[in-house]
Amino acid sequence: MRRFLDRYWYAYAMVLPVVVVIAVLVLYPLAQGVFFTFTNINEGNIANPILDRPATYDVVGFKNYLNVLSGGESFGAFWGTLVRTLIWTFSCVFFHYTIGLGLALLLNREVRGRTLYRVMLILPWAVPAFISAFAWKYMFNAQYGIINQILRSIGLPDPVWLGQSNWALVSVIIVNVWLGTPFMMVALLGGLQSIPGDLYEAAEMDGATPWQQFLHITLPGLRSVSSTVVLLGIIWTFNMFAVIYLIAGPNPNTRILVTYAFERFFSGASRDYAIASTYGVLVLSVLLVFAAVYRRALRKQGEVW
Amino acid sequence: MTLDASSLKVVKAAGPVRRRADRSVGASIGLHATLIIASLIAVFPVFWVFVTSLKPDARAVEPTPRLFSESSVDNYTRILAGDKGNFLAWFGNSVVIALLTTVIAVFLSATTGYAASRFRFPGKRSLMMSFLLVQMFPFAVLIVPLYNILIALGLNGSTFGLVLVYCTTAVPFCTYMLKGYFDTVPTDIDEAGRVDGLSPFGVFWRLIMPLAKPGLAVTSFYAFLTAWGEVAFASAFLSAADESKTLAVGLQVFVQQNRTEWGHLAAASILVAIPAIIVFYLVQRFLVQGLASGAVKG
Repeated sequence: MRRFLDRYWYAYAMVLPVVVVIAVLVLYPLAQGVFFTFTNINEGNIANPILDRPATYDVVGFKNYLNVLSGGESFGAFWGTLVRTLIWTFSCVFFHYTIGLGLALLLNREVRGRTLYRVMLILPWAVPAFISAFAWKYMFNAQYGIINQILRSIGLPDPVWLGQSNWALVSVIIVNVWLGTPFMMVALLGGLQSIPGDLYEAAEMDGATPWQQFLHITLPGLRSVSSTVVLLGIIWTFNMFAVIYLIAGPNPNTRILVTYAFERFFSGASRDYAIASTYGVLVLSVLLVFAAVYRRALRKQGEVW
Repeated sequence: MTLDASSLKVVKAAGPVRRRADRSVGASIGLHATLIIASLIAVFPVFWVFVTSLKPDARAVEPTPRLFSESSVDNYTRILAGDKGNFLAWFGNSVVIALLTTVIAVFLSATTGYAASRFRFPGKRSLMMSFLLVQMFPFAVLIVPLYNILIALGLNGSTFGLVLVYCTTAVPFCTYMLKGYFDTVPTDIDEAGRVDGLSPFGVFWRLIMPLAKPGLAVTSFYAFLTAWGEVAFASAFLSAADESKTLAVGLQVFVQQNRTEWGHLAAASILVAIPAIIVFYLVQRFLVQGLASGAVKG
């Protein structure tokens, strides 16, 4: 024990504050949240320390999970919502990645005004999300929004973007693509810069076309960055509630798992914490399964992670 | 994602892939055209909010939007004068909370990231895994349990409690990034420092931290933005008194109560965005390098 401490004490001293904070403010609430999923807790029966009211909720076993997983409309139509969440996540991350990669490739060339382009292209990342949400909500407005104004002036149909239709989902995806592309672009740009230039010179000598160079040098060179940022992107987008909630509100056409958890949590007279927590645990489970599959797929290709 | 000390050199050695002279005029035009269109799309919403912020509320909802329409800075003067809620108090609260979060989160992530980068110790793997797990949970569903804990710790309604909560959302990502960054700093430096008689903490603080500026810049940016724009926790954990709100919370109230005051709302938004953009401008030249090494090695 003594030797153990002698050897590791500085490492543990350095991680200790984080471990304590995470344990107290994440793991313990997480455990409590999981416990809530087995109860019928809501605003009416939770312990209220301010009113000095004791808790009166009951343990109900797996009832919440049964209700949610049976997919009833009154519990958020889980399966339909899951499908919409997947559509939302994969279309967002797909565009984040492809647009981000395209812009990174352009910025990696020697271009006049590169710094200015870079600053402008990263800007959406620097603006607080609730401001961007407000800006887009204003621009998407069906009557006085600039987007429909432009569409009308060039003779295209002007849909009611944020109404009760799938246009609302398209709108929030557009906003989130705008919001998330800079992160991907910056990460991939850094990845591109760490690919040694000699490789391209050698390839050019051997007569490789630009496309072949992209396929056989650039993409493999970006593998490590890509696998990390795509995983992060998927996790973040899956859990992205601010954009949808602030732009579309509780619109069933843009409902994903996380926003529904919030709906149950914040709105409604009863504030159903139990169902909200159940959704939280289900989100966590889906992501855990996904991360495990993703990791295994990477490992098959020889990546150690 | 293995550790190799030569990577610092690799980052330095790699230059731009193609020289400008190799490119045809057509390709150059296409390149610039694409970048200009993309930049316009990136900047336009912010620009449009700015244009709107100069218009009176009634002009902001005209069916045919124009660039200027009775534009003036009246919206700004009224907001700064406090006509629309205690804006300056909100602003001060947000600054304090965001700066505290940045300092604490970056410091905690730096020590943890350094330990994870340099030392092998039992539990390291599960620590890094638990960070990934923290990213996965829809955090705000934890509001009720968190609320209970903050009450138990006596931190409910206090700035510090909120700062700690923000730290837990920022620290996992920052630690990953900084660990990746520290991995690119050669271990020879540590060894030389130890030979010269520095303690492990001295090496970290006096040698490695100054070398890690790009990584620290990125994580500061991330931590600052996490705290600056957050709505849900701030509205749940801060007391309801008007003068203790943050900007994000204050403006939400503004949105709900004043549905038609787009002009004022836009002006307030610009005022809120300015500090974030200043922070962004200060760190932007480090962003690419800092984020890349973090993500490559993370």
